Order: sequence, then structure tokens, then C-alpha cells
Amino acid sequence: MEASKVIHAIYTDDDVLMSAVKKVKAAKHHIEEIYTPFPVHGLDKAMGLAPTRIAITAFLYGLVGLTVAITMMNFIMIEDWPQDIGGKPSFSYIENMPAFVPIMFELTVFFAAHLMVITFYLRSRMWPFKEAENPDPRTTDDHFLMEIPIHGDVKELSSLLAETGAVEINIVDKEAH
Amino acid sequence: MYTFSSKLKTFSILLIILGVIGVGYGFMTSHKSFEQVEHLLAEEAHHGGGHGEAMSHGETKAHDNHGQAAQAHGDSHGHDAAHGHEDAHKKHVEHVQHQIANRPWSALYVAAFFFMMIALGVLAFYAIQIASQAGWSPVLFRVMEGITAYLLPGAIIVLLIAIASGTIGHYNLFIWMDPEVVAHDKLIQGKSGWLNLTGFAIRGIIFIAGWVTYRHFSRKFSIAQDEADDNKNFKKSFRIAAAFLVFFIYSESMMSWDWIMSVDPHWFSTLFGWYVFASMFVSGITAIALITIYLKSKGYLEFVNANHLHDVAKFMFAISIFWTYLWFSQFMLIWYSNIPEEVTYFVSRFNDYKLPFLGMVALNFIFPLLMLMNADYKRMPWFVVMTGIVILFGHYIDIFNMIMPATVGDRWFIGIPEIGSILLFAGLFIFVVFTALSKAPLLAKRYPLMKESEDFHY
Repeated sequence: MEASKVIHAIYTDDDVLMSAVKKVKAAKHHIEEIYTPFPVHGLDKAMGLAPTRIAITAFLYGLVGLTVAITMMNFIMIEDWPQDIGGKPSFSYIENMPAFVPIMFELTVFFAAHLMVITFYLRSRMWPFKEAENPDPRTTDDHFLMEIPIHGDVKELSSLLAETGAVEINIVDKEAH
Repeated sequence: MYTFSSKLKTFSILLIILGVIGVGYGFMTSHKSFEQVEHLLAEEAHHGGGHGEAMSHGETKAHDNHGQAAQAHGDSHGHDAAHGHEDAHKKHVEHVQHQIANRPWSALYVAAFFFMMIALGVLAFYAIQIASQAGWSPVLFRVMEGITAYLLPGAIIVLLIAIASGTIGHYNLFIWMDPEVVAHDKLIQGKSGWLNLTGFAIRGIIFIAGWVTYRHFSRKFSIAQDEADDNKNFKKSFRIAAAFLVFFIYSESMMSWDWIMSVDPHWFSTLFGWYVFASMFVSGITAIALITIYLKSKGYLEFVNANHLHDVAKFMFAISIFWTYLWFSQFMLIWYSNIPEEVTYFVSRFNDYKLPFLGMVALNFIFPLLMLMNADYKRMPWFVVMTGIVILFGHYIDIFNMIMPATVGDRWFIGIPEIGSILLFAGLFIFVVFTALSKAPLLAKRYPLMKESEDFHY
């Protein structure tokens, strides 16, 4: 990909940003990306992004955690060193199952939560020592930045963005990455 | 304004009539003579079969042992031992005879309690919404107020059945009401300072009076607020809601010891009040969802949308998990420590009630967990209705499991007495609730948070 021109429109309020997104979408412009200091509720739907699939991965990770818990407790408490649990020496996993339920629950949650966060980071192309892709450091504080690729009339797009309440409109060359 | 359609009114009256016939049939067929029961037992010992299989096997075994012991004794003592065996047999037949007689009482009591607890759960939910000044729920306030109208008749019926069982009945629900039993029971004697009929009645009246007083004034302030020019009524309602919640959590806990836990007077569990609360809370929230969807399908409640339904369904999901947490906490500790006086409670449920006891976990936990996990499903009325019906059925079974093992033992079945009782109280519930709904506009229009609720977006 070669370098291309994009517009950066900067907003200072999430409600203004939301209505701006709706107007820009209504004018049939493609929004490449939006940088915000905090998650804005409903922004993904307004931008027309595909629904997230992270819930599916979380469910699968939960199943992995449940399996790990069952296998681990079966090995530790039943096979490797059989334990007399609660004065009921049955030495069977299923008969001692109530004692393992808290562990099964905890590991399900543990795996789902941690692996989901790691998946989210990787999918967002974030890892240790990675240089920030963020075009403007103010979006980590109190500004919102909308990035729109330029195809055709720049002036018309700029005036549309100014109308929606953008406090700053910059045209920049974007390096392909 | 909602008008109680004549179709629904006829339907509710029909349910009541069918229910009365079912309950009457249950009472009429529950009095078996000694010979009839003896014959029944002999037949069962022959065939086994049904859910009573395990138990009747156990009984036959016990009989055999008795027989053997009697024979062994018979060698030395002859006459005396044979006499003892006959006594045990007579005792057993009388026990079963009593269990059969208890069944219509218990069926009536379980259904009466179940519908009462829906109204009580909704009242607590309503008070929480007002005390926490929740912004999403005010559009549903009139539906909640309609449901809580059933609390007064419902709770009085439960208390009357309980007291009647110990006065005009033959101690069919609470054996501690029987002076004959108490005279031979050290443990109940020790608890008789709490477990006595007078105290039971007085406490019951105090609980009901407290709940109904709150319900009366909150409804009054809610309607007065519609036409007011200031928020005075809202502030009063807020204050009494906070006070009621304090009263509620104590009285609900004691009510659960009195009205449910004392059917097993030897057994106790320290989190029983919470466990019953979770059951009533989720049933109440489910009833709010079902009645809201019904009214919406009839063209009322135009201000209620998928966002409100989504939040109610979230509560159904969350409290189902909360119920499971308490159910399991109670079970695991007792299972783990395995103390005879505690564990008998679960032994009888595992032996004689395997299907309802374990089936209810599937109905009340696994089913809502999988059905209501997805955000989009919580916004679809038919999905919430389907899950809601399963949840309500599951919590009926929950109450069934709390009462029946103590009163009818292995003589349980969901037949005419049980279904008749459900129909009777369902009919009464529909009649009272929808009559109350037709008494006031369905939008509490001047509630200060109403605008926020109408514009609510999840």
C-alpha cells in the first residue's frame, strides 16, 4: 500500500462525536478509524462495524478452563494421590464432584477472562514494546479523533466535518503500515 | 387505562373453578382406610415400579429384616417378638396413611406459597427500584404495583392453610403443631418457644401487616404523584421503600423458617432465608416480564420497548445464577460435613425426589444460563416468554421440593391435587392482578425519573 491522504477531525465530546458519526455515515463517507480516550457506548453500531466475535472466543476459553479444572483435579485428587474427601472414601471423581465445583467455576472464569483480554490485545495489534499507532496523543486524554480517507472533494468533506462540530480538521499523509 | 378484558376474566374464573374441582377431588380421595393402605403397600411390594421404587424396596428390605429379627427372636421368645413385628407393620401403614392424607394439603400449600412469593418478590423488587432511584424501570412501575396487589389475599391464604392444617386438619403440614408428637420429641420441645401455634399466627400476622402496609402506602403515593405539582409523594415513597427493605429482609427470613423450614422441625440451614429469597425474587422478576409482554401484545404499554425488556431479562439471568449459587452453597456445605442431623434433608431428596431435585437445577440454572446469555435473545419477547415459563415451572418445583419430602415422603406425584391447586391460585392471581392493573393508568406519568426511563437505551 502506498501513502494516502486522510482527514483527521478532532472532537472534544463523546455526544458530539456520536452525532457526527451518524451525519458522516449518512453522507456516505467511509470512516477508517476513531480514536477515543474511553469506550463510547454504541459507537461500533453507529460506525457500522461488524459485531464482535470476542464473546464466542470467551465461551470457548471457558470450556478450555472447565476441561483443565476437571482433568487437573481428577489427576491430583483421584489418580495421583487418592484423597478421602469429606469422610467419603469413594475415590470417584463424579461422587466427589461437589467439592470440585468451586475450582471448576474459578478456572472457567480465569481462563475466559485472561485469554479474552490477551486475544483482544493481539487482535488490536498491541503487544509489549509496540510503538503506538495513535496519530495524536491528545486522544489518550480528552479528545476524540475521526479518521476519514480522502477520495474526491476535500473541501466538501471538510465543511461537512466542521458543521458536525469538529474543533480541528487536519489533512495528513498517512504512512501505510 | 387498561380494561380487564372479559375473555381473560372468564379464563381466570374458569381456572379457579377447575382448580376448586381438582383440589376437592384431591381431598375427597385422600382418606384411605387402614385396610386400603395395607392392600396398596402389599401390591407395591409385589410390583415395585414408579418413582417410589427405591423407597418401597427399602421398606420391603426393612420389613424383611424385621421379619428375620422376629423369627430369630421367635425361637427364644415366640409370642412377644411376633407381636413387636405386628406393631411395626401397623405403625408403617399408619405412617403411609397419614402421608396420603397430607398430599392435598401440601399440594394446596405449595401452590398458594408459590403465587404469594411471586407477589412478595415483586414488592421487594419494586422497593429496590424506588430506594435506588433506578432510571430504567419506572415505565414498569404500574405492572409491578398490579402484581403486588395479590400479596394481601395470597399471604393470608398461605397463613390460613398453615393454621388450618394444625387446627381443623390432622397436622398435615407441620408436625410440631401436634402436641402428641412434641410430647415424645426432645428436639421440638427445645424449640417450642418459637415453634408454637400462637407464636406462628402472631408472627404471620406481623409479617403480612408490614408488607401490606408498605404496599398500600407506596401505591397511594405513586397514584398521588400522577396529579401532583411537586415531588413530595416521590420523596415519601423513597423513604418508606428504604424502611421497608430493612423490615423485609428480616421478616422474609423469619417467614421462610416459619412457613417452610419448620416442616422439617429437626433440620435447619442458616442461609435458608436467602435461598427462599432468591427463588421468590427470580419468580417475581419473571412474572413482571411475562405480564409486561402480555400487555404489550394487547397494544398497551406503548412506552415500553426492547431496551426495558432487555434489562428485565438481565435480571432473570442474573438472579437465576444467584439462586444456583445459594442452592449449591447450602448443598455443598451439608454434603461436605456429612453430619447426620443435617444431611438427612438431602438424603431424602436424593432417594425419593431425584428427578424434581436434580431436574430443577437444569430448569433453574442451565436452561436460563444458555437461553439468556446472548444479548440479542434478551430483546426477543417470545424468547423471554419461553424461558420465563421454564423458570416459573422450575421454581414451583423448588417449593415443591422444600415442602413435599417432609409431608408426603415418597408418596409424591404431580397429579390432580397439584395441578388443581396450581390452576386455582393461577386463576386467582390473574383475576386479582389484572383487576388491580385496570384501576390506574399504566404510566406513572409524573414520577421524577420517568423521562429517563422512557428514553432509556441499554
